[in-house]
Parts: sequence; structure tokens; C-alpha cells
Amino acid sequence: MLIEFLRDDFVKYLEIRSVLLNVIRDFFLQNNFIEVETPIIVKNPCIEDNIDAIKCSNNYLRTSPELYHKRILSSGISKIFEIGKCFRDKEIGKLHHPEYTMLEWYRLNSNYNIMLDDMSKIIEIVCNEFNREVPQKKIFSVQEIFKKLTNWDPIYSFDKDKFNDLLVSVIEPYFKKTKGLIFLKDFPIELAALSKSSDKNRKLAERWELYIDGIEIANAYSELTDINEQESRFIECQKERHKQGKEIYQIDQKFLQSLSLIPSAGGCALGIDRLLLWILNKDSLNDLVFREVFKFHG
Amino acid sequence: MLFFFNLRNISKNFKYVKFIKKGTAMYNASDLRKGLKIEIDGDPCMITHFEFSKPGKGQALYRCKIKNLISQNSFDKTFRSVEKVHKCSLMTKDFIFSYIDGDNYIFSDNETYEEVALNDNILGKNKFFIIDDMQVQILFHNERPIEINLPNFVEVLIFETEPGARGDTATNVTKPAKLENGYEINVPLFINEQDLIRIDTRTGMYADRVSKG
Repeated sequence: MLIEFLRDDFVKYLEIRSVLLNVIRDFFLQNNFIEVETPIIVKNPCIEDNIDAIKCSNNYLRTSPELYHKRILSSGISKIFEIGKCFRDKEIGKLHHPEYTMLEWYRLNSNYNIMLDDMSKIIEIVCNEFNREVPQKKIFSVQEIFKKLTNWDPIYSFDKDKFNDLLVSVIEPYFKKTKGLIFLKDFPIELAALSKSSDKNRKLAERWELYIDGIEIANAYSELTDINEQESRFIECQKERHKQGKEIYQIDQKFLQSLSLIPSAGGCALGIDRLLLWILNKDSLNDLVFREVFKFHG
Repeated sequence: MLFFFNLRNISKNFKYVKFIKKGTAMYNASDLRKGLKIEIDGDPCMITHFEFSKPGKGQALYRCKIKNLISQNSFDKTFRSVEKVHKCSLMTKDFIFSYIDGDNYIFSDNETYEEVALNDNILGKNKFFIIDDMQVQILFHNERPIEINLPNFVEVLIFETEPGARGDTATNVTKPAKLENGYEINVPLFINEQDLIRIDTRTGMYADRVSKG
């Protein structure tokens, strides 16, 4: 039973969530994207150093729909999007929940700059819908912001732990303080994940992350479509996971093969719950009323 | 207030400690959470504030505010997901108050006659509420006593106070009073010297008057 005084908030929350999802859908449908649904229960979750999948019988719950999306792109369909639940084990915090809603969209023959334009437009229409001023847009390269705030070059003297620590202790608090719409662009190649390296500089990965008033809400790539490179990155990840004593996922061969049919592509993933936090002016997912109602964990 | 609140929860925590002692001696960073007791540099500590953060696709960081249960000092510490943290082996034992020796209060185990001395640092305000033959629980970290848990209520005599106003039974108007050991407490107006009252040891406040035989 919902406590009476919470009910109004809850109804308001459900309405805002519904409006947000519809605004986003409208944007994609008007731009001739096809809405897709891909498997939630998967045999081979995407292999990443720090993302763990939740077991489901002999399979796993997806941590992201990206492997299937790229398989769809390889069939020649050029613009797709999906809004659906994704699951990540042991992620519980102010901005994390093991079950959350992800928006993911892809463009064939595209790159991360075009995704950045899409993202800016989406933020604009969301702001218009909820009568909010569009935050001021800034684009920083990872190298320039680290050099400016920490006097350290993360590209040419990369260190994974140092990068992580400084990002959390210096860079993110700075974004929180300065506010606005901040695109953090061109990551060190060691943090490329599934993005391709830049043609101009092999030390850079064509990847950006979006912070809105300090909350990280989206991540985009110029997709890596080189089979050999992708396979060797997966193998590196498997080794790293083994070193950390983590479960090792097998490589999705169908995904790997599909890359040969994709000349180039851009993709972006956005956390709907975090965007909703921003719209509702809350700090923590725990502040959302629905956590009280829908909580399944912790 | 917080201090007393913790004391009240010792027995609850103790059950948990007994349970975890069966497992391995280390926690994974992902096991950390608010309220958990851990051992750092040999001292028992408690996590008083906990925040999970995971930037981008990076490694999870567990940012904790930790209180050293011996020195009561707080400090910040961040654990990475690959790090392990020592479990804190705590146990409570029942003791009977025996006697005072200088600054130390001596408690003894009724079965083994083992004695343990507690000083002001551990006793704090509790020392005013310890009476002859009182049964207490003492929390040990390894062999070292770190906390004491008194019964929730203790009966004590009022040693000094202004004479009571006869017939005034209001409990919301109070006056200062003193116990024999010097502890100052506010009591209702109808309380007189040599009255027996009950004190809530968790708050250190007057609870009620013990009706005279």
C-alpha cells in the first residue's frame, strides 16, 4: 500500500516518465528510426572489464543491447533505437541500480559527431517539453580537461587507476560545480571499449560521454567495425577479468562476424532513469518515489 | 545520543558477527555497506557513510567514511573493487561489576573469575550508572574491551535536590538534582532526597520514580 502523501508524487512521477519516453520516441520516429526489441536473456553478454552480468538460469540478463543492435545494422537497416531494461550485477548507489532503463540508438554510415548532434537535439526537445532552459553546451577533450584540472596527460602517460581516481575526485566534481551540458570527448585508446580509434591519432578513441549538471547520462562511440581488433580487445578483457577473479564470458561469434558487413556506424546509450533524475531535480535514484514502490533490491 | 544508540545495538550486531565469523576473514569491496564493522591497521572500525560510484566504464569505487571505534576518529577511505578488507572479529561477554580501583572500574566473570578493567575512555557517561553487582555486557575486539552495554534502566538514589512540592505530580516541570557520584540530572518537582528513581542509561535521563515499598 502506498502511503497517502506519497501517492501524488508517485502519480506525477509516472506521468513525467511517460511523457519523457514519448518525447524521445517521437524524435526517433520523426527521424525515420525503427524501434527494435532485442533479447534480454542472452548467452554471451558484452565483455567489458568492469561490467558484470546477472545470471539467469544457464544464461545472463543483458548488460546492454549493443551486440544485437550491431547485428541488426549488419543487415542493412540504417537507423534503429530501443528503449528497454538492462541489468548490471552489484551496482547499487545514488546513480546505480542493478535494473535500469536504457535508451540506445544507432546510425549506419555514421560516427560519434553525428551522435553528438542527435544527443543535443534530444536534450533540447526534452527541455522544451518540461519547460526547462537548455543547459549551456560545452565540449571538452579528455586530454584538455585533465591537463587543465590535474596537470596530467591521460593520453600519453595513461594509467587506469589514476584516470579513474582523478575522474571521480576532480573532473566529475568540477562538472557538478560548473553545471551545463558537457560532452567529454576523445578518450584514451585504453578506454575505447567498443569504439574505434581516431584516424588522426591512434592514441585516441572516438568516444564521448555526456554529463548534465554533473550527472553522467550517456556514452557514445564511433563503432569499432574491425573484426580482428574487436576480437583482440575482447580477449584482453577476458584476461583482465580472469586476473580480477571475475567470471569470463564467451565471445559472441555472430556479433563478431556481423561487423564485416558494417562499413561504419555511430551508437549511443543513455540512462533514462538518470535523465529523469535531472528533470525532477533529484540527486539520487533513491529519491525517486518509484524506488519505494518498485524496489526489488537492497 | 548516537553513542548510546550504538550500545543498544550491540547484541544485535553480535549475532551478525557470530554469523560472519564462520566465513573467510576478508570482505570483498562489494560487500561493504553502511554500518558494517571492519578492521583497519588492527583497529576495529565502523563504516558510517557509504557511497558507490562507478565512472563511465571504469572500475567501481566504494567511498567510505570510517570511524575508528577505539579513538572515535573519523576518516575517508576509498576502496577499489579488487581490494579486500579485513573482517572485524568482535564478541560480547557478560560481566558483573565488582569494585573501583583508582580510575578503573573492575568487572569480573562469574564463572571464570576473570577480571577486566575499564577506564573513562570506554565508560564515558556510563560510569555514573554502574551500581554494585550490576550485570553488563562488554564488547571485545580480539582481547581488547572496546564498548560496554548496561541494562537499559538503573535504579539510583537521589542524593541532593531542593525539597519537593507536596502534591505536585506534574512530570514536565523539572528541577536539578545530583546523585551520590556527582551526576547531575533533571527530575520532576515531586522528587525528594533519598527517593529511588529509574534512569534510562541510553539517554542518561530520568525515567520514573520507583514506588516506595
